Amino acid sequence: MDRSLLAGCIIFIVLLAMPMALPLIGQAYLTGLIIKAMLLAIAAISLDLLIGHGGMVSLGHAAFIALGAYAAAIGLESGIENILILLLLTLALTGLIALITGSLALRTSGVYFLMITLAFGQMAYFTLTSLAVYGGDDGLTLWSLATLFGSDVVQKGHGLYFIVLATLIVTWWSVFRISQSRFGRVLRAARDNPERTEVMGYSVTRYRLIAYVIAAMIAGVSGLLQVQHAEFVSPAMATWQRSGDLIVVVVLGGLATRNGAIFGAFFLVIVEEVLGSFLHEWRLIYGPLLVLMVLFAKGGLSDLVVPNGPVPNGPVPKQPVPKRDNGHSA
Amino acid sequence: MSTTLFLILCLNGLQYGMLLFLISAGLSLVFGVMGFINLAHGVQYMVGAYLLFAFTGLTDNFMLSVLLSLLAALLFGLLLEYLVFRHLYKRSHLDQVLATFGIIIFLNELAKVVFGPATLSIELPEFLAGSIQLTEQLRYPIYRLITIGIGVLVALVLYFTVSYTRIGMLIRAGATTPEIVSALGVNIQRLFMIVFGVGAMLAGFAGVIAAPIYAVEPGMGDNMLIVAFVVIIIGGIGSVGGAFVAALLVGLIDTLGRSLATEVLSLVFSPSFANQIGPALASMLIYILMAAILIFRPRGLLPAKGVA
Amino acid sequence: MSMLEINNLNKSFGAIRVSKDICITIEANQCHAVIGPNGAGKTTLIHQISGVLGSDSGSIKLAEQDISNLSVPQRVHAGLGRTFQITSVLPSFSVLENLAIAAQSKSGSSMRFFRAAANEVALNDTAQQTLARVGMDDRAHVPAADLSHGELRLLELGIALAGNPRLLLLDEPMAGLGRSEGAALVTLLLELRRSLPMLLVEHDMDAIFKLADVVSVLVDGSIVVTGTPAEVRADSAARAAYLGDGSQ
Repeated sequence: MDRSLLAGCIIFIVLLAMPMALPLIGQAYLTGLIIKAMLLAIAAISLDLLIGHGGMVSLGHAAFIALGAYAAAIGLESGIENILILLLLTLALTGLIALITGSLALRTSGVYFLMITLAFGQMAYFTLTSLAVYGGDDGLTLWSLATLFGSDVVQKGHGLYFIVLATLIVTWWSVFRISQSRFGRVLRAARDNPERTEVMGYSVTRYRLIAYVIAAMIAGVSGLLQVQHAEFVSPAMATWQRSGDLIVVVVLGGLATRNGAIFGAFFLVIVEEVLGSFLHEWRLIYGPLLVLMVLFAKGGLSDLVVPNGPVPNGPVPKQPVPKRDNGHSA
Repeated sequence: MSTTLFLILCLNGLQYGMLLFLISAGLSLVFGVMGFINLAHGVQYMVGAYLLFAFTGLTDNFMLSVLLSLLAALLFGLLLEYLVFRHLYKRSHLDQVLATFGIIIFLNELAKVVFGPATLSIELPEFLAGSIQLTEQLRYPIYRLITIGIGVLVALVLYFTVSYTRIGMLIRAGATTPEIVSALGVNIQRLFMIVFGVGAMLAGFAGVIAAPIYAVEPGMGDNMLIVAFVVIIIGGIGSVGGAFVAALLVGLIDTLGRSLATEVLSLVFSPSFANQIGPALASMLIYILMAAILIFRPRGLLPAKGVA
Repeated sequence: MSMLEINNLNKSFGAIRVSKDICITIEANQCHAVIGPNGAGKTTLIHQISGVLGSDSGSIKLAEQDISNLSVPQRVHAGLGRTFQITSVLPSFSVLENLAIAAQSKSGSSMRFFRAAANEVALNDTAQQTLARVGMDDRAHVPAADLSHGELRLLELGIALAGNPRLLLLDEPMAGLGRSEGAALVTLLLELRRSLPMLLVEHDMDAIFKLADVVSVLVDGSIVVTGTPAEVRADSAARAAYLGDGSQ
């Protein structure tokens, strides 16, 4: 068993034990924090599929978390209580929007892709703020949450914790398997050299679009669970700053690594909590910390925690500045 | 809608567009010439505004404060370049996004700590605070007109510099074929520094000018940044002329759109529907335009042309 | 049946005509070389054949199949393979994986999401065989980014071969190679020549005369002469085009 797989298993065992262990040391409230970190990790893993494995840097991914959350919220407000049906709604909405926006966005690449995903993210944000019925700018507090066939096990406490943990494990496992599959290999090849990949006989755009939709749907699921946890939705979940935070988590943790997204998510939540508890202006430290990490710790946290762990295919190569007269039709 | 209101909206749109131009021009050149994605360009705008606030507090002379703010903004930009940006030019765009993101977070927080989170305002001196009578029904603030004038002036200076001077030629070469420039034996480091410095100063200048008009608050640069990126995509990366045209276009569409969207929609739909959708649609207009450009004319409206 | 038939291919960039009524025919097991001064439009020609660039008019047929309107991946599946003038491989994969991925494309659907591709025996075998063909057996697990220039050119060729093409487009395969590496590559191509038709764009005249059955001279977008290497060497138009260029 390779080291990163072992590290992942250890993390999950620890997470499994937390709800029982924490009350013993009088820190039961921490489970809420851990749920927050796990939800972030789920979304980050999905973004890693895009950035780490796919080489597609999206600055609008948070919008899919928000859309998933709002799909659930609107469903709840309309009287749908069954979490499985809400799940279907979430997947359908995020999948559809990803299909449409992805088809348009993937006609571009590099910085243009960055900008157009930003644009779509902003459009999502503005659309959500205009939903006056669902709170508009202020967001919406949800008074009734989803149930699993009538039981409130998915609403709070240990029930929700384990559901989120299970989702995280499934996401973690699936995305890694996908990255190593035939599909994932083509995606990674296209990340390295899209032109060469086309000439090998692959329609790169098709593979990227599928990855984009999968990533969006996973992010949507994260949003749905967040509704259960926070009991609140707001358009602020879709801002580009949140998308930026997601990118930070993924890169900080280590791109295209097995556990990077989890490291990054926990790191961010811990920093925010710990740093934030004794320094209200913790961002004064967080900002420069980011800069320093970019300048000096290129492999991210994963490199520090599991040195020489299998980084399936290394860091993302530098994108060239878009040339003025690109002779290619692509 | 009355003609007067329409004219006011147009003038406001032009003025907003000029500010956008000042910010976008630098951003476009920095990205075009150096391939550097600078998300922190927006906070440079914010820094300019806060500098003006600080200096007007210290001296009572508005024009002096403007001058000092410009200088300080330039120095600040150069400092950032030296400390951080210089090390990022060869890194991937992703790294650049992250590092400049970190700078945004830091500076926004710093502004909050030093000046407080509240919105601040700056008073214009008397000779700038009045309005002039443009038409029988239209009085328009002098200061905003001056802003438009300054924008045009800067545009002319930049156009002249880029098109007719040696350094402008190097910039245009750098924007289209960066490899050639260093092969020509030009000190790339110095060229980058100059381009960057000018860009930072323009952004700071925009902040200085904007401060008396808009609110001065932490995070004020964030939204401007996004719109600036929209402008340079629409105009064409590396193109000053493109930034000018696109900035005016975006300024007008955004300003007119916000006021007119609801009205236009209520011609077709019910007023309550129009009121709901109107503002959201208005905010989206410029993004829709950008997405359209990316799909149909990806090089922008006025793409940067190479050295003849 | 000719393997490749290009009829009246035309291409312009704005006012500049880069391809003017180009006609080329390649029979099975023929090596057809295209030579010409820099800027003649050789790489543009290859781009048009492989589908990276669209032509303004004219047709391209691969083994009687009209591929003029097919996309790049579709042409690859029709049997086209190409190498690039400037080495274009997958740097973060090993040599073997580069070849396996090329082989994967011709081996059923790649829309498979759960089984680890790196473990697929059939693909790895094909990759290993191709590796042996180009003589790089001992470099199988080296990351492509760590290869020397000569090895990269071999990998370029290997990637094209791993897809089991019916016709090979070679864009200056000798580019940047030293004498011994160049000679080795020529030997390799000589072996391939009999079983695989190829269109060879090259500057290296020695290689051309050893490998080519037919030579076309491309000058300023037009083909000025086509014939055997000996005929072309003697032709005055070809010589004029090459005054001051090349070793002949």
